[in-house]
Amino acid sequence: MKNMSKQLKSNLITYGIVIVFYLLMMILKGTGNLSSLYRGLLVPICVYTIMAVSLNLTVGILGELSLGHAGFMCVGAFTSALFSMLLRDSGMNSIVRFIIAILLGALVAALAGVIIGIPVLRLKGDYLAIVTLAFGEIIKNVVNVLYVGRDSNGVHVSFKDAASLNLLPDGEVIVKGPQGITGTPNDSTFTIGIIMLIIVLFVVINFVNSRSGRAVMAIRDNRIAAESVGINISKFKLMAFAISASMAGAAGALYAHNLATLNALPKNFGYNMSIMILVYVVLGGIGNIRGSVIAATILTVLPELLRGFSDYRMLIYSVVLIALMLFNWSPKILDFRSKYSVKNWISKKRDNKEEV
Amino acid sequence: MKKILSIVLTVAMTAAMLVGCGSTEQAGSDVFKIGGIGPITGGAAVYGNAVKNGAQIAVDEINEAGGINGVQIEYQFEDDEHDAEKAVNAYNTLSDWGMQLLLGTVTSAPCVAVAEKTYADSVYQLTPSGSSVDCVKNDNAFQVCFTDPNQGAASADYIAQNNVGSKIAVIYDSSDVYSSGIYEKFAAEADAVGLEIVAAEAFTADNKTDFTTQLTKAKQAEADLVFLPIYYAEATLILSQANTLGYAPTFFGCDGLDGILAVENFDVSLAEGVMLLTPFAADAKDDATVNFVTKYEEKFGETPNQFAADAYDGVYIIKAAIEKAGVTPDMSASEMCDLMKKAMTEITVDGITGEGMTWEATGEVNKGPKAVVIKNGVYTAM
Repeated sequence: MKNMSKQLKSNLITYGIVIVFYLLMMILKGTGNLSSLYRGLLVPICVYTIMAVSLNLTVGILGELSLGHAGFMCVGAFTSALFSMLLRDSGMNSIVRFIIAILLGALVAALAGVIIGIPVLRLKGDYLAIVTLAFGEIIKNVVNVLYVGRDSNGVHVSFKDAASLNLLPDGEVIVKGPQGITGTPNDSTFTIGIIMLIIVLFVVINFVNSRSGRAVMAIRDNRIAAESVGINISKFKLMAFAISASMAGAAGALYAHNLATLNALPKNFGYNMSIMILVYVVLGGIGNIRGSVIAATILTVLPELLRGFSDYRMLIYSVVLIALMLFNWSPKILDFRSKYSVKNWISKKRDNKEEV
Repeated sequence: MKKILSIVLTVAMTAAMLVGCGSTEQAGSDVFKIGGIGPITGGAAVYGNAVKNGAQIAVDEINEAGGINGVQIEYQFEDDEHDAEKAVNAYNTLSDWGMQLLLGTVTSAPCVAVAEKTYADSVYQLTPSGSSVDCVKNDNAFQVCFTDPNQGAASADYIAQNNVGSKIAVIYDSSDVYSSGIYEKFAAEADAVGLEIVAAEAFTADNKTDFTTQLTKAKQAEADLVFLPIYYAEATLILSQANTLGYAPTFFGCDGLDGILAVENFDVSLAEGVMLLTPFAADAKDDATVNFVTKYEEKFGETPNQFAADAYDGVYIIKAAIEKAGVTPDMSASEMCDLMKKAMTEITVDGITGEGMTWEATGEVNKGPKAVVIKNGVYTAM
């Protein structure tokens, strides 16, 4: 253990947590000790941890505040769901189809990231945050007027209404504007979710330690200095942004295939969701990948644990969120925690023993 | 080291929590456990609360009268925030509680997601107000309310048969499933019965305060009837803005307009002459409605809307189906589901949202639409 670099050790712990969590859940599930509620929460936990990790790449590593992350999730969700719906009756193996759907969702979301990133990344700070917010809303609204249908002539697309698709009598409308897509096959499983999470962690952690990752962090820390040593600012910024978007797209695919209905509401793909994901990142620590994973898990499960409070549930959720933020990040409490932490107590004891 | 420790503790805590919540598969009980799902927080909370309260009144009535075949009902309602994902969580919570029959969910999109789960688990589902066709796609799900397309078609038929108008303008919310669902079917049916739609103006959830443009277009097209397949909040704005413009066509709406007279700071005289197709009017004078409205006002301090009435009927529909099917509480949920499915197509229920309600195996309800007109500030049957 001693020979390992601190970095590697920390990364292994992150993977370890995910794997232990997976094994624990599988054992509980296998022995029938996991209630339906928790079984139902396993896939959403994967979705939101992936979202949090991918946003952390933009906010923590690239250092730009993005408020439109749910927009990329929306792109991934709709692309993958549309693909699965088109190939639903083709007799393709459902796992193969789902993997292609995820990759397609990630790819199209990455493209959206590049298209949005080119103008947006020329801005800085607050301005960038506002523009990403606007783009997120644009994506949501475009999806809400999109109609896609299919008949024996092929696929029809309209931005007006279902009637203007001019489908033949044998046709079916797949994307029904605000009604979205219904009947998406339920392909998401906890195992696929965890594999995706591990891949995402692997990509982000290795990206951070790579040449490109260091360049990105150099830009974050001092743009002028980075430029002076010949780092291509636009290229690296765009790269990080597109990777982040593609992972959000993959999370969207997982989300879409977990529910039978998919529509772009302000609640699931609007700025509310973008801010919720930002909350996961901030609570877990900006730039702290492992923190994002843990924070996203806790905050996904928390509202369900509070169901006992019925009407006061969301109020108590907010209060707990404030308390968690203070506990994690208030300087005074951090001081207090370092003074009275279990670690200090153990090491003090050890020191005392050694002295004796 | 500190971090590792804190993580270990977190994992241990989570695990302890999860183990504590281990599910206990109940093969039966001595009460009927009916679950409800709907939004009781967030933007659509009004509908969820109405359903929750309406069903509670029916459950209390039945329990006081000795239950169903002598068996008491236990009723639990979970919040879904009008979100499909949360609705599935709510459904899972109810499954853990041992729910046998589901009265839900309230809104359409979450209902579709939950319907998929109830179908997989083979649990009987009756949605009081989920009006999308996809809600009852599976054979275990039934509806109390009309489907959106039915409302659209019924409105067009009603307008044509009673000559309420000939040149029609529609103002609808293109971002809303309910509204666009009705509009699409209305447009198709209007064509078939020879009504002319001279203007179809859409708005979206992000832009629903100024309707002057839509109204001006309707006015220029000389529409003598404006069809409003929308909710009452926007309708009040449309009515007052039309008044400002000096435009006075006939306004015709669906069940979403129910509640318009209860809006605060709205000049009720503007709603004079508005027609709406709704299965329930709170000031109807029949005994069943009066009984329900009085109890509801006493207990919850407000006038019940159509959603509450749908839920109230929903509980009695479940009761009728249980009695017909001879279901007993010691059966498993899927045994109940099979018997209930068959019984649903055989029963006829007289409720406060319609008389002689019957069901097809598809899950859609058959009942006559009721049209009311607002006269002197109250709903009056036409």
